[in-house]
Amino acid sequence: MQRVRDAAVKGFIDLHLCPNLKDQDETRLMIEKSAELGYKAVGVTLSQKFFRSEAEKIKKICSEAGLDFISRIDLKPANTTELLKSLRLLRREVEIISVKCGSKSVARQAAKDHRVDILSFSPLDMRKRFFDSAEAELASKALASLEFDLAPLLYLRGYRRIRLLSKIREEALIAKKYDVPIVLSSGANNVSLLRKPEDYAALSYLFGLDLNDAKKALSENPLKIIERNRRKLNPNFVAPGVYIIRRGKDCPDG
Amino acid sequence: MRRRYIAVKIDSDQTAKKEDVYIAIWNSILRLFGEYGASWTDLRLIEYDPENGRAVLRCSHEALPLVKASIPCVTQIGDRAAVIHIQLVSGTLKSLRKKLISMQKDQC
Repeated sequence: MQRVRDAAVKGFIDLHLCPNLKDQDETRLMIEKSAELGYKAVGVTLSQKFFRSEAEKIKKICSEAGLDFISRIDLKPANTTELLKSLRLLRREVEIISVKCGSKSVARQAAKDHRVDILSFSPLDMRKRFFDSAEAELASKALASLEFDLAPLLYLRGYRRIRLLSKIREEALIAKKYDVPIVLSSGANNVSLLRKPEDYAALSYLFGLDLNDAKKALSENPLKIIERNRRKLNPNFVAPGVYIIRRGKDCPDG
Repeated sequence: MRRRYIAVKIDSDQTAKKEDVYIAIWNSILRLFGEYGASWTDLRLIEYDPENGRAVLRCSHEALPLVKASIPCVTQIGDRAAVIHIQLVSGTLKSLRKKLISMQKDQC
């Protein structure tokens, strides 16, 4: 069953859609557009309070559009204590946990914590992008990925876009050096910021990612995170390498 | 000079004029790569079908990554919000048309 579900998501994945979930029409429009553009799965950011009910609704919309739904929560902790508390509460509830690092201490803690899947940084404030060699080394050991949202590259203009491009280019180089997987996502909050996966791959030329790496960042890398987490969220998972294969009456006598 | 032909689909709620499409793509190239970068592209709008929102562009082979990166950055055509998606890239106009026809058949 698990294998069947994993096979369904093979293809391009947009791990970061941020529709206004209160506006169901807009959410539906964005999900349907993603399907039309050629994605096989989408990750939708849920709110921390109502993630269960929101996930149910979005899952239904996604299945109607023929997409695999990936539940995701973006944590924006003010400090490390808040981060650890949120991780304890939410890790077993959603498939993807992303941490938007607003301070260096949060960034370091997020990078070394195995429960964090994705590290993301502000597209607007370059002083709050803490992805340096030390951060990359920690992230590499903890299997955390670095996410680049591409929507800001579409709506920013002039100096802000120049600064963002130069920073992303620098971070992409560091990530490559330390083997930190890169995930390219849309980060779109409306339909007009959605693009085809091939368009995003072409856009990555702007920050020095070659076409193969860009396609991996839109397919293989997010898929690996999803597969890993779905295995862990499976009720039969005990620990890495240990699974329950039979329970109760299924067990042979003796 | 080797060239590449790019088929694009324009996604907008209103039909855009040919000049506006061309200007929107040029502006995107200029914003991202400046006049020097734009001078390498040798960009031409070969065909435009306003009803179906399809167009074919031609650019130099060397400048293809640059043009491909600029096209998704178009966010408006004229004064209307619009998106341009790259459909296909080919070395000759003939093969591009062939691929487009087979792609449309697949979609049907």
